[in-house]
Amino acid sequence: MMEEKILTKHINTLNCHTLDFYLANGGYNSLKKAFEIGSDAIIEEVKKSNLRGRGGAGFPTGMKWSFMPKNPVDAKGNPKPKYLVCNADEGEPGTFKDRLIMSKNPHSLIEGMVIAAKAVGACRGYIYIRGEFFKEARILQSAIDDARKKGFLGKDILGSKMDFELFVYRGAGAYICGEESALLNSLEGKRGEPRLKPPFPAQVGAFGMPTCVNNVETFAVVPYILEHGGPKFASLGTEKSGGTRLFCVSGQVERPGIYELSMRTTLRELIDIAGGVRGGKKLKAVIPGGASAPMLTATEIDIPMCFDAMMKAGTMAGSGGAIVMSEDVCIVEATSILLRFYEHESCGQCSQCREGSHWLARMFVRIEAGKGTHKDLEMIERICSNMAGQTICAFADAVTGPVLSAVRKFRSEFEDHVRQRRCPQKIASRTIDAMEIDRGRAHV
Amino acid sequence: MALSKHIKDKLDKLRPNFPTLQALVIPALHEVQHETGMVSEDSMRDIAEFLNLPFMKVREVVTFYTMFNKKPVGKVHYQLCGNIGCWLNGSDKLMDHMEKRLKIKHGQTTPDGKYTLSKVECLGACGSGPVLQVNEDYNENLDVEKLDQLMDDVFKKIDAGENNIGRETYNPEVWP
Ligand SMILES: Cc1cc2nc3c(=O)[nH]c(=O)nc-3n(C[C@H](O)[C@H](O)[C@H](O)COP(=O)(O)O)c2cc1C
Ligand code: FES
Repeated sequence: MMEEKILTKHINTLNCHTLDFYLANGGYNSLKKAFEIGSDAIIEEVKKSNLRGRGGAGFPTGMKWSFMPKNPVDAKGNPKPKYLVCNADEGEPGTFKDRLIMSKNPHSLIEGMVIAAKAVGACRGYIYIRGEFFKEARILQSAIDDARKKGFLGKDILGSKMDFELFVYRGAGAYICGEESALLNSLEGKRGEPRLKPPFPAQVGAFGMPTCVNNVETFAVVPYILEHGGPKFASLGTEKSGGTRLFCVSGQVERPGIYELSMRTTLRELIDIAGGVRGGKKLKAVIPGGASAPMLTATEIDIPMCFDAMMKAGTMAGSGGAIVMSEDVCIVEATSILLRFYEHESCGQCSQCREGSHWLARMFVRIEAGKGTHKDLEMIERICSNMAGQTICAFADAVTGPVLSAVRKFRSEFEDHVRQRRCPQKIASRTIDAMEIDRGRAHV
Repeated sequence: MALSKHIKDKLDKLRPNFPTLQALVIPALHEVQHETGMVSEDSMRDIAEFLNLPFMKVREVVTFYTMFNKKPVGKVHYQLCGNIGCWLNGSDKLMDHMEKRLKIKHGQTTPDGKYTLSKVECLGACGSGPVLQVNEDYNENLDVEKLDQLMDDVFKKIDAGENNIGRETYNPEVWP
């Protein structure tokens, strides 16, 4: 059976990012339909589709939209504007799908955002794109300009009396700005520090106004849902996670890349589709949903990549990025590299996360260099239990996910490092000094 | 030194897009960095003045975000991803190679001010790792051979006095 493709159908065609191409393939028809059926019916359709947020948490999108207040007013009784924000920060290691959508299919994102704006009553939208995506931001901006010229954006869109403006906003290199409340602070021109919740963005979001934040892919599949109906989209996935998804496969596979597949696809199938482990090597571990997801071992990969099944397996579907590691990889070193990243990216607001990620990073360096003790392994568990769930945002949980799974599932590797006083897999392990220098010297 | 007219005009054009002036801090910093290659204390002061903000509101933003260079960088800023996806595909070997070729460690700039080498975190292109960002451009699926070719090309371009290496898609008229 040919798998249904929603976002990647035309990805290999020349000029597939242009408005002309998009229009020739039925583009912006869903928007017209959206104006015909109205807000409530759009939200109803999205609810029926079982679309769940593609940014990581997998929150049902229809429900999120229905949380937006209908006619919000400020203290003086004046109506408040509502905003729509697209999360295009894409900082999660192992995730690279939003970049593809923005460079090859930007109009599906724009159309999805206008439909969402109609659904929640937003007057303005911002696409928060990570700063390093210079080219993608430019492609997006010119797509927005084209759409505005044709009347899909701006004042009185397609004679519907709805106004909606869309702007691109570039971040500046901070992973934490992918967390939605940090993103909102960054959008306001502040340090990207997450906010305490509640209040949730639907009440107090960007610039203090009710705001709906969704991932790029979440918005980009909305036109399909309106065109083909919610139930059709739902039927492509599992019972509770509708649709196909862009799965990113990276690491040591034959053909790394982005594969649009049903949410029913198992992790094993995904790895096989990506050509299997490179060089016929044996699989050692997979991080299934972006770097923050707990690792799975080679025997644990016969589960569908949907949100619920992954949760049941003790990990998460997250952002849909599978990082594949073969038998050649030293798990201690791999985790150490992730920890260097987390230590560098912790915003520093909460002491548990700031100190915890720092201690863990140092401890892993020590263990990797063969200077760890058995007590360290206990200490790791203790530090993690003091981090997860104790902080303003879920970053601390993201740190403990891979760390705890590594220590628990690959305990013998850690013990070998301690006992043999070196990395058993490498001829020459990195010295502490070299690694310490590495840790503190990430940017100019 | 005040902000250039070009930056001021651009920021004025962006003003109506946001309900607050503070939201222009990051766009302003991006523009300054594009013009001068870094963000100096002086330019932070200029931005604060132009946007009617306390100096600290600009400074605290600069220190938070890694993309803003607090020190001058070379004409070409090599940023090699060292995160897990690229590391699994051998980015550490490329880093060694680059350090040897440029005769600097990462985090340093060559004495002639031509190159800066940095090790950065995931660039969001792990499927085509190792990834090297040369100023604005991504170069993907690298190996030592391709890297050498690329560095040779860059060397020639610097020699020829080109100014927008790795910035070919920049258009001064539009934001971003
Ligand atoms: C530490 C952290 C990093 C995150 N990074 C991203 C990101 O890069 N891109 C993204 O879309 N969502 C990211 N999220 C999830 C967002 O907070 C939020 O859940 C998402 O944007 C909501 O959109 P969705 O409902 O469409 O998934 C991150 C969350 C956390 C806690
Ligand atoms: S790990 Fe290098 S781009 Fe993601």
